[in-house]
Amino acid sequence: MSYHIVVCGSIVPDPLQTLEPVTGPQGPALKNEMMLPAVLDPWAGHALYEAANLAKNIPDSKVWLVSLGPKAKLQQVMMNVAQKVPFELVVLDGPAGGFTEAEEVAAHLAKAIDSIDSLDKSKLLLFGGWQSASRGTGAVMQIVGEILGIHDQFQGVDKLEPQSDGSLQVKERVEGGSYLISALSGPPAVFGWATGTLPEPPNNPQVGMQNMRFIMPAIQKAQPAQVGAEGVEFKSVELPAQRRETRVVKDVPAADIAREIVDWIRG
Amino acid sequence: MERLRTLPGDDVRQIMWRFADRYDLQMVVQSSRSIARTTAARLVADGARNTHDWTPEKEELLKAFDASGLTGMFMEPEQGGFIAGPKNLAMCLVAYELSWVDGGAATCNLATDLALAPIHERGTPEQKDYYMTKCVPPQPGEDREVWRGAFALTEPLPYVGVDTGVVSGKIRIAEWKEGEEPMIQVEKRGRFITNMAFANFVTAAVNTDDERIKSSCMVILEEGDEGIFDPGAPTLKMVHQLSATNDPVFSLKVPASRIIGGYTIQDGVIVPNYSHGEIIAAVFQRTRIPVGVMTAAKLLSAVEPVIRYQRGRFRGGESKPGTPRYELGLQQNEDANHRLLDVWSTGEAMASLGFAAGRMADEFDPIEKEKDRLFIEQAIKGPRAQLKALKPKEQEAMEMVQLRARPEGERDQARLEALEADPLVQYSYLSAMSNVYIPACKLWNTGYGCQMMREAVAMMGGYGITEDCPGFLGQKWMDAQLEATYEGPEVVQRRQLSISMTGPVFSAQVTAWIDELKRRAQETPGRGHCTLAAAFELWAWTVEHLQSAKDPEGKPLMHGRRQGVTFQLADALSWLVAVKCFMDDIDELAEKGQMNPVVAEGLDALVDFYGDMATWQAARAAGETGRVAADLVFGYILHPDCAGECCGPEASGNLFDGAEEFYALRRKVDAAAAGARLAKDRAAADLTKVMIPEALDYPL
Ligand SMILES: Cc1cc2nc3c(=O)[nH]c(=O)nc-3n(C[C@H](O)[C@H](O)[C@H](O)COP(=O)(O)OP(=O)(O)OC[C@H]3O[C@@H](n4cnc5c(N)ncnc54)[C@H](O)[C@@H]3O)c2cc1C
Repeated sequence: MSYHIVVCGSIVPDPLQTLEPVTGPQGPALKNEMMLPAVLDPWAGHALYEAANLAKNIPDSKVWLVSLGPKAKLQQVMMNVAQKVPFELVVLDGPAGGFTEAEEVAAHLAKAIDSIDSLDKSKLLLFGGWQSASRGTGAVMQIVGEILGIHDQFQGVDKLEPQSDGSLQVKERVEGGSYLISALSGPPAVFGWATGTLPEPPNNPQVGMQNMRFIMPAIQKAQPAQVGAEGVEFKSVELPAQRRETRVVKDVPAADIAREIVDWIRG
Repeated sequence: MERLRTLPGDDVRQIMWRFADRYDLQMVVQSSRSIARTTAARLVADGARNTHDWTPEKEELLKAFDASGLTGMFMEPEQGGFIAGPKNLAMCLVAYELSWVDGGAATCNLATDLALAPIHERGTPEQKDYYMTKCVPPQPGEDREVWRGAFALTEPLPYVGVDTGVVSGKIRIAEWKEGEEPMIQVEKRGRFITNMAFANFVTAAVNTDDERIKSSCMVILEEGDEGIFDPGAPTLKMVHQLSATNDPVFSLKVPASRIIGGYTIQDGVIVPNYSHGEIIAAVFQRTRIPVGVMTAAKLLSAVEPVIRYQRGRFRGGESKPGTPRYELGLQQNEDANHRLLDVWSTGEAMASLGFAAGRMADEFDPIEKEKDRLFIEQAIKGPRAQLKALKPKEQEAMEMVQLRARPEGERDQARLEALEADPLVQYSYLSAMSNVYIPACKLWNTGYGCQMMREAVAMMGGYGITEDCPGFLGQKWMDAQLEATYEGPEVVQRRQLSISMTGPVFSAQVTAWIDELKRRAQETPGRGHCTLAAAFELWAWTVEHLQSAKDPEGKPLMHGRRQGVTFQLADALSWLVAVKCFMDDIDELAEKGQMNPVVAEGLDALVDFYGDMATWQAARAAGETGRVAADLVFGYILHPDCAGECCGPEASGNLFDGAEEFYALRRKVDAAAAGARLAKDRAAADLTKVMIPEALDYPL
């Protein structure tokens, strides 16, 4: 059994940047969003690396990355991501911010997936993040699956293991640090990935050069995708409150540090 | 209005430094950046720099380079690399990204390339294929060790330096059996040899010690060769600790096929095809550029941590959010912003010069090969015959420069195209230009850059000179001094510039630049073009004047031994050329930025900011030029008996022939600084508003 794995992944501003919500001409946005460096959404990144690993181990499998985002920014992000694992890119040129409607985004993604020429839906494993760093609704992948008529869906996935009988074993995160283990007879299915188990692969320019031969044309012929939040009114927008209290310590045993953190949490 | 909204990102840099259409290079940038900001930064933060030894922790760096393809970047695709064609710009970008965090990591990455460079530039095809392939890390499924190299020119005291005229390493014929390859005995001691802790092979400069070997040469030594291959003790250096430096000893017997570039046998004598001096000149010409870029990266990398420090300086204690004291901290003070702007604009000019030199070297490589091919075809051999053949091309190169300077439509386009299509004209032009750009980059970027790095350190107060200063500024300051030293200290660059700056092709280019800058000053005012034009005019006049001027004893002033004259002019020229490159990059950004939607947003405002920065930098360069010019023009004239008014304007006008002309140019330079401080004020004010990231993207 080979797989056709489609990974949905957008780009998000680099989390180390100053992210300041402002009201722009098209509604809420982040200050200087277009100018801030972007990265592949970390959740989607986990999904992509898991997909590539699966494809590597199962002959004749293939990976697509479907991404809705501003194409110029997407191109920058690809200079890094494309060096990590082999995949083919499908681009939708549109906003990737946190203020777009999940349903609209999902509709565009589903359409793009539907129109991938060589995709065999009977082999389709639809991957994405169970959330995204720009908008944690956790809804997009579920809607994409529904539109495509894929009703076997798993969220918070950390492990996906093909079995010798062609079925798949799925480990989903559930409450309290436990896992729900399911058996799936086979594709198609949707997987919203949590962190997975793989580290970020090192850059490999050989892989990058291979990928870029297809990625650049894909970016060039990206279709514009109108997504937004028509009719939605944002009452207020703010970043999740965060408190950063950094103390630089050296030569302190890990146990002492752990103890201090526990004391702090207990208040 | 906010002109500088964020610090310039990749999109902006790719346009300015001209690799927007090179995704191979953009990927190289990403790879080296991720190693710099993870592996290298963690090593520095963990104190790996505190030992001279090459430790297993430092070894991680090599593994990271191998895994990410950076080790094989210098090679051609057929040798296992991934970038086709010249790689000078690529090396500059790697050097930039790595030394953004740590210069030693950059040196460590580039050292094997330096070892390979003699083979790359002058090696035989077999030597190239053999060693380049060995230095590519094993691909999946391959079972072999990756080779690493060291470049050994410098020798122990008293012959430490890169003075290529003196080499005490020696070769003799050890065995020469009838009909077989001669074996040669190599005796070489090295000092300060990078990569030596783990190198498997060494490219060493040696002199002949045998009448059956015609000249000096470079030889390749391997770890398994018969005899002593002793890496020696680590150098007790205080800089670039993430690279390995040792004082090795070699006493080895190797086949004559290790002579780089091969040899012929004439009348029973081995005649190396290249002397060590010829090879080293070709190598350093290129490898000095990334070194200059390293220091540029240091200054530019200091901007963000300094702003963060300045803004946060008073956030503890009593001050409340929303108050200037809380929000701006030290940035409330004009001097803090002005000084940071000086660091930043110097860094910009340095980077622009470095990348321009890198691109020029890329352009030069195929032209040089074509020249060599043509000369072989025409049987023109030896440096003297080549110079003679190139002489008429010099005239044509000057003509090309003059034609290029005229606006399209007003020039003989067909003639220009014919000149541009002649590889020997291009060779003549590019060698004249790179003989200025490259030493200027190595000299000014590292030398003046090191001084400005001290300023950056000072801006962080006591924190600046601690090991955990954000951005590792203290370490970078120290490291910059090595960059000013290795591959030829400043004096070596000044000597090269002293000769090349008065060459006819470069002089023609300066004249053309003056016209071009004046024209651009009218088309796009506010970017400092006119200030720079005035400064170039004064510099060119001073050079010409000094060429015939004499001291009171009748001795000529412009003379190789008069370093007090020539070196000063070389320094001033470096300031000017750097600003010229910076302005070219801003013009490029203004023109091409429109086409990139990310850059187009806010482009005009960004170009205004950069224009102000360039105006200020031009005024600084003009100030230097004015000072140097006045100093040299008047400094060698006897001071008249001073009776109060002898130095007044009238008297001084008569001190030498042409003084009025000098004053007119000098006045122009002074007046061209009009508005420069206003530009500085504006750009400095932008520093107080620019949005910076929440945190540095590498560990402390
Ligand atoms: C960490 C490190 C790594 C290195 N790696 C390598 C390597 O891998 N391979 C290698 O071969 N070498 C290497 N070197 C050697 C390096 O290239 C030399 O140290 C450097 O070129 C300076 O030469 P020097 O030390 O002999 O200084 P000198 O040549 O003695 O220069 C010292 C000073 O003397 C004065 N001076 C010298 N000549 C003149 C002149 N003609 N006119 C006026 N003033 C003059 C100048 O003020 C100059 O700055 C390394 C050095 C270091 C420190």
